Amino acid sequence: MIRYYLDFEKPIQELELKIEELRRLSNGSDKKAEEELGRLEQQAETLRNEIFSKLTPWQKTQIARHPDRPFTMDYINMITDDFIELHGDRRFADDPAIVGGLGSIDGINMVIIGHQKGRGTKERIRRNFGQPHPEGYRKALRLMEMAERFRKPVLTLVDTPGAFPGIGAEERGQAEAIATCLMVMSRLKVPVISVVIGEGGSGGALALSVADRLYMLEHSIYSVISPEGCAAILWKKNGEIGQEEYARAADALKLTAQDLLKFKIIDGIIQEPSGGAHRDPEAAAMNIKETILSTIEELKDAEIEKLLEERYKKLRRIGKFTRQSE
Amino acid sequence: MAWFKKTKPKDTNKRVKIPEGLWVKCNSCKEIVYRKEVERNLQVCPKCNYHFRISAKERLTLLIDGGTFQELAGDILPTDPLKFKDSKSYKDRLEENRKKSGLTEAVITGEGRLNGIPVVIAIMDFHFMGGSMGSVVGEKVTRATEEATQKGVPLIIVSSSGGARMQEGMFSLMQMAKVSAAIARHKEAGLPYISVLTDPTFGGVSASFAMLGDIIIAEPKSLIGFAGPRVIEQTIKQQLPEDFQRAEFLLDHGLIDMVVERKNMKETVYRLLTLLK
Repeated sequence: MIRYYLDFEKPIQELELKIEELRRLSNGSDKKAEEELGRLEQQAETLRNEIFSKLTPWQKTQIARHPDRPFTMDYINMITDDFIELHGDRRFADDPAIVGGLGSIDGINMVIIGHQKGRGTKERIRRNFGQPHPEGYRKALRLMEMAERFRKPVLTLVDTPGAFPGIGAEERGQAEAIATCLMVMSRLKVPVISVVIGEGGSGGALALSVADRLYMLEHSIYSVISPEGCAAILWKKNGEIGQEEYARAADALKLTAQDLLKFKIIDGIIQEPSGGAHRDPEAAAMNIKETILSTIEELKDAEIEKLLEERYKKLRRIGKFTRQSE
Repeated sequence: MAWFKKTKPKDTNKRVKIPEGLWVKCNSCKEIVYRKEVERNLQVCPKCNYHFRISAKERLTLLIDGGTFQELAGDILPTDPLKFKDSKSYKDRLEENRKKSGLTEAVITGEGRLNGIPVVIAIMDFHFMGGSMGSVVGEKVTRATEEATQKGVPLIIVSSSGGARMQEGMFSLMQMAKVSAAIARHKEAGLPYISVLTDPTFGGVSASFAMLGDIIIAEPKSLIGFAGPRVIEQTIKQQLPEDFQRAEFLLDHGLIDMVVERKNMKETVYRLLTLLK
């Protein structure tokens, strides 16, 4: 597999290539080579842990958007025993930037919905880089309402730069589609679990993440605006902006899973394997699966009215303000 | 210094300079119009019917019966949860906007009567940080909605906003979900919510409570949408049509119920509420 390495992953690349080379040459019989291999692997592990424990918010943003990072369908394939994708909003079109369908995880049937990015130029364009149109959100709504009718929990996987800003999207009511998702999800009479697996891009991400439990993968991000967008608003008038400004904006926005857990905006962080989800997708998927199963266990017997009340209270608490002292 | 190197000082004063106060240039038809005439016309351009942005307080007097308004949650003030700093700190920016607008935040909420009908109303003000929604706007609109649900009265929200407030990061984004959840409960209680969209309504506000009205009304020519026109132009690298994202465009595309002039707004809302009784 040809891997893509980000700048700050380059030291890992050298080691990983060396390991691969050695493994190819030794084919398991040379004892000395085996020892060397073990030593190098240990070294790579240490290096990965070192680099990934100190990622800056801007580096995390790049990891969250890493082209090798598993996407929604990758996770669905890894965590479900069965999955059938369903298509279309029954109104206008099928939006490939959002996928959804019926699935079973460890024998538990649920409705699974997520943003879908593409791999490779052609597929990326077809998926519109994971930026949904209104019909994507309306497909999600249709599936959520179906989940309610058949009493199936809903799992959403969040990974989008944002809802698509385009003429067609505006003509067909992008704002209304997102708003309706927020409203419907807040009152959906089945348990809802959301996991941010990569990029949580503003309203387009929020539209799929009003949930009883909202988790984020360790190196995913969730933000009101992209660091690039934020930097453009703040500093563009002073001339060209670039990496340095994006990094500053990413710092200021507090968009990491760790920050958002501290703010109690999310309910938990799902650990990624050493070096990020893209180094060992199976391991990342198993962690997600475990979290989903334990959450389902926790929520499955809850009375619906109580579940909705808790969901409301959870949203209700978010916000920081003071009272005028008089 | 050679004479030809001398550049003429750029004289911005040479442009048509409108004396402060007396005349005002219309944002839509670019005509210079007499301010008094605009004021007499409820801040509407007499040449092209463009509805100028007005303050929440002015809007309040146009919609709510005199002497009946009681403010709710007026004492809630913003903080700086992210310690957000760019060239200026968020705290300084808030202070500046407070002075400039005479407001404590971008929305006024309260209860009052509309031609005698008791209602709860929230009115946004674009003059305070572009009407952006942070924790305080979200909290005040949520409380107003809950108050309306609890009292069993209609809810009216007049929107005017550039979207979610960047400086409060994810706290701002989550307000969209919070208000929408409160509106869902108001709807379930079988109570009407009338959403009035004014120039401009975008982003996190349009993609949450503004587009959730049972009835959605917009003022003429208001710009309304999800993404701002500049963002769209940059994304699709095309010029946008002239009427794009105007209230009339939304009406054509089935996204709002009607376009109503400012002078008829109160009467229209009153008739709707009466018919929904």
